[in-house]
Amino acid sequence: MEADAAKLIGAGIAAVAMAGAGVGIGNIFGSYLQGALRNPAAAASQQTNLFIGFALAEATGLFGLLISFILLFGV
Amino acid sequence: MAAEKAAHGAEGGLALDPMHQFEIVRHIPIKFVGIDASFTNSSLWMVISVAVISIILLSGSRKLIPGRLQSVGELGYEFIANMVRDTMGNEGRKFFPFIFTLFMFVLATNMLGMVPYSFTVTSHIIVTFTLAMTVFIGATIFGFYKNGLGYLKLFAPDGVPIVMLPLLIVIEVISYLSRPISLSVRLFANMMAGHTMLKVFGAFVVALGWMGVVPLAVMVAFTGLEVLIAFLQAFVFAILSCMYINDALHPHH
Repeated sequence: MEADAAKLIGAGIAAVAMAGAGVGIGNIFGSYLQGALRNPAAAASQQTNLFIGFALAEATGLFGLLISFILLFGV
Repeated sequence: MAAEKAAHGAEGGLALDPMHQFEIVRHIPIKFVGIDASFTNSSLWMVISVAVISIILLSGSRKLIPGRLQSVGELGYEFIANMVRDTMGNEGRKFFPFIFTLFMFVLATNMLGMVPYSFTVTSHIIVTFTLAMTVFIGATIFGFYKNGLGYLKLFAPDGVPIVMLPLLIVIEVISYLSRPISLSVRLFANMMAGHTMLKVFGAFVVALGWMGVVPLAVMVAFTGLEVLIAFLQAFVFAILSCMYINDALHPHH
């Protein structure tokens, strides 16, 4: 296989990591809404934790995206 | 890459290169002891961001009943002050100027990046990595300064069985060291991916002719989403910096 083609395929596979981030972020916001609808009074106080969880879940997926960027433009 | 670009041009498909917007252009070449310290378009937009922040925060009047510009400044101040108090407690108040500066700079550069034909400073990893490293090194030095070697207890939480400790310490150290990477990559990848996506979808609008009205409507929605992300990422950057400094303030969680 040509090295350039392998690089592009590898970049595509690395970007699949974002799927996990999507599941994680959806899970976090879904769970937050569930909790917030059950107890709206406590919702506002948990918004900080919501965004921290969102950021952490997103970071893991973005590591994969970074690998894909490195493969496309770095190597 | 050059050959690839030429091939794309020959196909005549997407004539717009979505990566062109991230190109660094030297406006005033400066050589400083062998280091290329030129005044680039990145530097220019950093200066513009600082100027915009200064105009919003300084030019407003100081009345008891605030006007429009003063309201914006007060809103930003209260927002960050509450966040600092919530995450770090009263001890963290002395870090407020740092967090406020960080948040305002990232927010301004993200938002100015949304202006067409502008340059997004935060879409370059060297900029975000420098910001993240500042937070990381500062928090680490402050943690050792305040707690002495007791700061190392951060890596060994209380109430963990002795058998688990070797494994846990390794994991905690790795997660601690990956903090600046995750902090910088999050901001950089979000801004870069967002702007690339806008450019690619913009090329669809052009390529489809009058049918481009449909993707144009989607583009408007995406631009709104990007403005939201620009704010959210600045907020996340600031709040995670708060968390890291909080670890240095109170290493026993």
